[in-house]
Amino acid sequence: MLSVEVWRGTDRGRFQTFAVPRRVNQTVLDVVSEIQREQDPTLSYRFACRVGMCGSCAMVVNGRPRWTCRTRVSESASAKGALRLEPLRNFTVVKDLTVEMTQFFDKWRDAHGHFEPGGAPAQDFAVVEPASPQRQAADAAIECIGCGICYSACEVVAWNKDYLGPAALNRAWTLVNDVRDAARDARLDAVTGEAGCQACHTHMSCTTFCPKGLAPTYSIAGLKRTFLLRAVSRAWGGGR
Amino acid sequence: MMRASHKEPGFLAALLHRLSGIALAIFLPFHFLALATALNGADALDTFLALTRTPAMKASECVLVAALAMHMTLGLRVLAIEFLPIRERTFATLSACAAAVFAVGLAFLLNVG
Amino acid sequence: MNAALYLAQRLSAMVLAFAVTAHLATILYAVRGGLTAGEILARTRHNDAFLFLYVVFVVAVAVHAPIGLRNVINEWTPWRGPLVDRALVGFGGLLFGLGLLAVMAVYQP
Repeated sequence: MLSVEVWRGTDRGRFQTFAVPRRVNQTVLDVVSEIQREQDPTLSYRFACRVGMCGSCAMVVNGRPRWTCRTRVSESASAKGALRLEPLRNFTVVKDLTVEMTQFFDKWRDAHGHFEPGGAPAQDFAVVEPASPQRQAADAAIECIGCGICYSACEVVAWNKDYLGPAALNRAWTLVNDVRDAARDARLDAVTGEAGCQACHTHMSCTTFCPKGLAPTYSIAGLKRTFLLRAVSRAWGGGR
Repeated sequence: MMRASHKEPGFLAALLHRLSGIALAIFLPFHFLALATALNGADALDTFLALTRTPAMKASECVLVAALAMHMTLGLRVLAIEFLPIRERTFATLSACAAAVFAVGLAFLLNVG
Repeated sequence: MNAALYLAQRLSAMVLAFAVTAHLATILYAVRGGLTAGEILARTRHNDAFLFLYVVFVVAVAVHAPIGLRNVINEWTPWRGPLVDRALVGFGGLLFGLGLLAVMAVYQP
């Protein structure tokens, strides 16, 4: 039998322990679903695809933020067969294992994490060379599905309430490298400052826990460099 | 329960970098004041230096020198992550930093009279 | 930290990389056989190269340390804002002043 401690309540609450039978190839999502369907229908949690594509099921399992549908009990349970399930950190808890994602996506918007086509419609197809350094940089970071695990793992998000966070900055980096985008300067301004890329201290917690193997640390480093190059070229150009 | 991210080497590096920085920032004014005793002549500085010849002081100096080496090597790591295109292998890098800090501390202990 | 502070922090860090390496090497060499004021002063007295290098060192430290401390204070304590910034500028001034004093004390113009 598995002993499963589950967070109940909001930001204040308590852990409730359930006993769940161990089954072959069981995932943590299977465990949570079994608790909610068989033992306590008042338990709140999120999931959707069940197959590691949507990121909805992200929560903290034995201290590590992960997708529960892709986390086998066999490799995550403690030696004594114990699981501790908590909602993602750095988010406001709505109820039990579900968190409020609004601030996460507000920061995405604040980082200008969206494509800007510009005022004039394009006259022809844009030519984007796949092997170009810019496209490769964008491709390396483009697969983010906004699950919030990096945001949960980041200490700077916990220490600095305004910090935009690894996901928003990572997305901004892909757009800075998109040659079709028309709002590069405004986006660089948006990701600069006390809440921007300069606040990152390269702990690399985001990169450690990203389930898609992305490296927001390097995206953010790219933003830092891009900002510096722009500052230098402005100072140089302004001095002439 | 400690956050899992706090057990990762990247966080440990950042924490050591920060703590060594704080220690150095506190130490520096005293370091400057000690050297400033030379304004009153070489003998004044020598009087101060005589205070530092106890084993406890030598050990403290070794820790400070190690803290300086630690802050620099970990700082160079941050600069490398931010400005160089190479992907870091965190554990290997930190082992190299730790080795450098150890070497500096040891060299100090071996050299100090 | 904001963009300007970030720039100052990284630039001063690069300067310090050289200065600290030189300083550590000097320390490891100088402490052999014990450290006396006479030995220190023999190296630094009226030494223009020393003066230049160590003034640069002091300036870099006076920039680098307060910015680093600002991050620590803003992230690990509830204190922040213009008052904290002014206090840290003061600390930077203190490091600069005391540092120059120390350099002059051993340069002995």
